Amino acid sequence: MSERILMCGNEALAEAAIVAGCDAYFGYPITPQNEITAYMSERMPQEGRVFVQSESELAAINMVFGAAATGKRAMTSSSSPGISLMQEGISYLAGAELPAVVVNVMRGGPGLGNIAPSQGDYFQATRGGGHGDYCTIVLGPASVQELADCMPLAFDLADQYRMTVMVLADGILGQMMEPVTLDPKPRRELPPKPWALTGMKDRKQNIVRSLYLADGALEELNNRFMAKYRQIQDNEVLCEQYRIEDAEIIIVAYGIVARIARAAVDQAREEGIRAGMIRPITLWPFPSEQIGSAADTFRMFLAVEMSCGQMVEDVRLAVAGKCPVLLHGRPGGGVPTAEEVLEKIRQLTIPAGAA
Amino acid sequence: MNTVFQRTSVLKNCSTHYCPGCGHGIAHRLLAEVVDELNIQDRTIGIAPVGCAVLAYNYLDVDMIEVAHGRAPAVATGMKRTNPDKIIFSYQGDGDLAAIGTAEIIHAAHRAERITVIFINNAVFGMTGGQMAPTTMLGQITATTQQGRNPSNGQGYPLQVSEILALLPGTVYVERCALSGVPGIKRTKAAMKHAFGLQMDDAPGLSLVEILSPCPTYWRMSPAKAMKWIEEEMCKAFPIARLKG
Repeated sequence: MSERILMCGNEALAEAAIVAGCDAYFGYPITPQNEITAYMSERMPQEGRVFVQSESELAAINMVFGAAATGKRAMTSSSSPGISLMQEGISYLAGAELPAVVVNVMRGGPGLGNIAPSQGDYFQATRGGGHGDYCTIVLGPASVQELADCMPLAFDLADQYRMTVMVLADGILGQMMEPVTLDPKPRRELPPKPWALTGMKDRKQNIVRSLYLADGALEELNNRFMAKYRQIQDNEVLCEQYRIEDAEIIIVAYGIVARIARAAVDQAREEGIRAGMIRPITLWPFPSEQIGSAADTFRMFLAVEMSCGQMVEDVRLAVAGKCPVLLHGRPGGGVPTAEEVLEKIRQLTIPAGAA
Repeated sequence: MNTVFQRTSVLKNCSTHYCPGCGHGIAHRLLAEVVDELNIQDRTIGIAPVGCAVLAYNYLDVDMIEVAHGRAPAVATGMKRTNPDKIIFSYQGDGDLAAIGTAEIIHAAHRAERITVIFINNAVFGMTGGQMAPTTMLGQITATTQQGRNPSNGQGYPLQVSEILALLPGTVYVERCALSGVPGIKRTKAAMKHAFGLQMDDAPGLSLVEILSPCPTYWRMSPAKAMKWIEEEMCKAFPIARLKG
């Protein structure tokens, strides 16, 4: 499929997963991502692939665990409360080094929260999320096209590094419709899967596990994971830098909020304020180097997010005290407008009395 | 000279971590013999539970995975749906299957997943130190029912999961056996073989063999007494029966 078509984010990512060679989808209904489950229930069987509506998110992630252990490309999707339930399985996927793709179309929280868009799961996504020392790769797309583009990348990264890749979207991205082109071309050379459980024909037994009882064995495993994570931090960071060359204030925003912030940056420029934006596309690994080197030159950072101040902590770590880092956060389903971001930019950049 | 007995190649030649008189060793051996006799070692994938049998892959020589507590039927679903030509079994204890994994086993059966479940019922949580399981007998003393299990104290009744599963249209075969004595052991092996055979024939649903199995350590009995206790006590709450199929 290479024509440009109008799709909502949820359906676009689902079709993109199919184009990317997803063998199996397992999921449980939850708003605002129900279009994914419905779309997959129809399309996966048409392609001769697997769709199962599970009895819970716990079951869904464990079905992914099973399919992934046999070497298949498997995914699930959910929204915030459901992702919390999946954290047990995501930790086991990490321990067992299995590739998997998990889509989180975030909604407001905590608890049942609401069904409005949110970025309140940033900590959960970028800090591992479940128990134990581990990371997942986290992608934060900002448009329906980028959401679709994330899917083949997510499957490739998962297979290359044998870990979970989370696509962190939100209720707006999932629901809104934009033109999208799905690109079927292969992107990466991927390693074979000699570890997969396929029945021990012509080889010795394969075991997939996360229990390491022998003295020092688990520490060694975790150290190996950390080395892998460092390699990912070195090689897989994606971010967009927008009008930052001469900027006196740099907005840091991801996902749909970056679309809003971009409009505020452009408006500020028209008013003569030298504003720019750094947009992390990978949230883990975070573009710490890019932000850190921008902080060598520039004066002020403003993190804008649909949460009470989660990503801002990564910005502060990256800036490392070299510049002030401020926050404009809207939690609980609140969506910042371009106007309110612009007003914040004005407040921070125009000296008192000058306006 | 005729060979009248030999070790099955599906059982690794090593000693196990199980306590003296534990039933897991017998159940593993029967399972290994069945996989061997059905000639499916090269296409079988086993799922180890959380519990005493978590290290089953150290003894059974087939491809195996170790999964989160109770989730084996969901993992098996993911495997079987994507690999319908493989033989998938889960090996689960009563804490795993009848407590934390109740939703997963009920719904795998409800969806008629074409998998085989070996359900070891020893009426107690073994690995964590002998706490009450859903299958603990009334009056049975455990680490968490020190006066004996008493429904009046909010401790519930022995949960008969196999009877529940047999009611579901998605199960093709449910049988309860016991490892107490040679006839019971033979019957258990035959039941396992039948269950795997159904999966090999692509029978349209889940097959389950529940095995009443001794835990002398946490029953606080000699191995010989534990075998008697299965027949004299456990079988009252968990009657030996072919419940379905």
